[in-house]
Amino acid sequence: MLTAFAILTDGLVYAAYLFLIAIGLTLIFGVMRILNVTHGSFYAFGAYGSAIAVGIYFDRGFPAAGGFLLMVLVAMVIGLVLGLILERGLLRLFYGKDEVIVVLVTYAAFLILEDVIKLIWGPNSYALYQPLALAGTIDVGSLVLSGYDIGLIVFASLLAIGASFALKRTRWGHLLTVVIFDREIAAALGINVTAVYTITFVIGAMLGALGGAVMAPKIAVTLGIGVEVIVLAFAVVAIGGMGSIGGALLGALIVGECRAAAVHLVPQIELFVIYAVMALVLIFRPQGLFTRIAPRKI
Amino acid sequence: MRQHLPHPENRLTITFAAWFLGLLALTTTGARAEQPAPVKIGFVTFLTGPAAAPFGIPDHNAAELLVESLNAGQVPAPYAQVGLGGAKIEAKFLDEAGSASDVVTQFRNLAERDHVDVVVGYVSSGNCLAVTPVAEELKQLTVLDICGTPRVFEEKPRHYVFRVNPHATMDNVSTAKYALAKFKDVSVYSGINQNYAWGQDSWRDFRLVMKDLDPKATVDKELFPKLFAGEYGAEISTLLTSNAQFIHSSFYDGDLEAFIYQAAARGLPQRIPLVLTTGESSLWRLGAKVPDGTVIGARGPHTFFAHESALNVWFHKAYVDRFKEQPIYPAYDFAQSLFGLKTAWEKAQAKKGGGRPTTEEVIAAFEGISFPTPSTTVQMALGNGHQGISDTAVGTYKFDKAESRPEMVDIVRYSAACVNPPADVNSIAWLEGGMKGAKCD
Repeated sequence: MLTAFAILTDGLVYAAYLFLIAIGLTLIFGVMRILNVTHGSFYAFGAYGSAIAVGIYFDRGFPAAGGFLLMVLVAMVIGLVLGLILERGLLRLFYGKDEVIVVLVTYAAFLILEDVIKLIWGPNSYALYQPLALAGTIDVGSLVLSGYDIGLIVFASLLAIGASFALKRTRWGHLLTVVIFDREIAAALGINVTAVYTITFVIGAMLGALGGAVMAPKIAVTLGIGVEVIVLAFAVVAIGGMGSIGGALLGALIVGECRAAAVHLVPQIELFVIYAVMALVLIFRPQGLFTRIAPRKI
Repeated sequence: MRQHLPHPENRLTITFAAWFLGLLALTTTGARAEQPAPVKIGFVTFLTGPAAAPFGIPDHNAAELLVESLNAGQVPAPYAQVGLGGAKIEAKFLDEAGSASDVVTQFRNLAERDHVDVVVGYVSSGNCLAVTPVAEELKQLTVLDICGTPRVFEEKPRHYVFRVNPHATMDNVSTAKYALAKFKDVSVYSGINQNYAWGQDSWRDFRLVMKDLDPKATVDKELFPKLFAGEYGAEISTLLTSNAQFIHSSFYDGDLEAFIYQAAARGLPQRIPLVLTTGESSLWRLGAKVPDGTVIGARGPHTFFAHESALNVWFHKAYVDRFKEQPIYPAYDFAQSLFGLKTAWEKAQAKKGGGRPTTEEVIAAFEGISFPTPSTTVQMALGNGHQGISDTAVGTYKFDKAESRPEMVDIVRYSAACVNPPADVNSIAWLEGGMKGAKCD
């Protein structure tokens, strides 16, 4: 019974982690049809920025609540700056080009940003342990749950609800939806698609940075963390369907629970299970769980 | 046709220039004649990527420090001679990051394009295994550095490749012995190791030793998260609900630190002690975050475990003064590699009456030698004299709150013959055979 409960909670925590990484990526793909490899850099920059800024905040002994807010603020600023620089400075030059070329451009930008991280922060790892320690624990028998993990689940849930509300109930969300379905019709209707692209990319960058910022207390912020998450993010987005936030949530939940079950019951297949789930879904629904097959436009 | 002579002022200038150039040629020729040609060494380690911080940077720092100190003749005896046998070291540093094929290409360039005399380096066991046959093919003298796989010299004999630092079998034999002595009546233990060669081999060796020394002990959980996974929530839950009396791990740097933060926040090390075979590399950074009572290995008698010697005092002080941080075991590993090479080079040179030794002469001198290093004395005893062994030590971690620094207590030393397989015996076969021939105090 305790093992089943552990699998459930661990799966939800991992799902929250995956959703926070994947939501920005799927949003950018959904609107702009760009498979943005630089998303890993947004995550990494968010993690580093959070580790440094929030670490200093807590070292100075300021109130704990402010530290958590600062985490979000740092991520927003980093995402805004990086997103604007990349979209306005680089990607807009390649709109309309073959999708493979755009992927390569984002990959090149990712490699450059990996070196920029090393130039700014050096090769050493950084730790932001204070939020994890401050959040406390909850005992369930011999299982000790981290308060921070519970907070992550709540945060990811609120983000999913907020994103869904924004897309379905706000004017901006409706505009985005039109562009997702057909950018040409959207442009013909007078929607400023270029502005939509820029804003979407920046929001996606902010979400990527936010994922890194909130995960920083749980990981060692070190070189290469962007590479690790981009692969996971792609797997989740592929399962849920490119461009679907609901799909990203469901994909994260499926992967999270399957992985947790594997770790507890058959740890030898833990690495394999994520990609096995992806392969299984794609065999039966190549477009992902939440995306309809669309006719190819000529 | 009339020939015009240069203007008198110009004649003076030309004459002066000719004399000056002549003198310059004489003096530099004279200088070149006095100084032996430098020894070109290619140093390869991780300068970027996740392995840079725990291994590559300390490795590179030690290389920089020792090359400069040797070239200036500032290293204490028995390494006081400048460079290698009086010839200064000309270092070329390269980044080990990239795929194995990138690393092999880089190695070929060092040997065939740059014509280095020696290649020293490699952290990743995968890369060590990849470059070794190429070194043999190209007849390139190579000294492997930090990589721990025993397979380098156990798969087939090597002629051009050496490794001064003991391989990973020693780490797991010593920590198993220590854990069993510390945690009495062990009946159940668990492990969490990275899912690649290093983690898998470490766990395999540890289990084999435990089976030899405590046959009744069983494994409860054996976990293999992805290398650089970073998030260990499910693994920690699994271990929390296990019955283990201790947990073995060969995690290092980012993975180790993330695991400790997450595990400590949920009370795992307080409930089930950790046995960290390479834990030393993170202690200075983690400080009080590592729970007291954690069993720590350092892949040899390094840092806390180093024997007292003038060489160690010099090395430690020079490193701290220069880099403002403590040297961790990769730095000591590098020192061992370079001092082994220097000993062999100078022995070969002495045998030749002072002439610069050839590669074959250095190899002949290197095989089977014994030499002091900042941590301990190394003997090239395995792999036909190409693989080093040394004693080692394991201790229990304690954070000194008054001094705000890590320290090690209850240190136990194990002799080289106790924790390394005998010559010509495969490591796995030795462990599976009950460690026959081990000579322990």
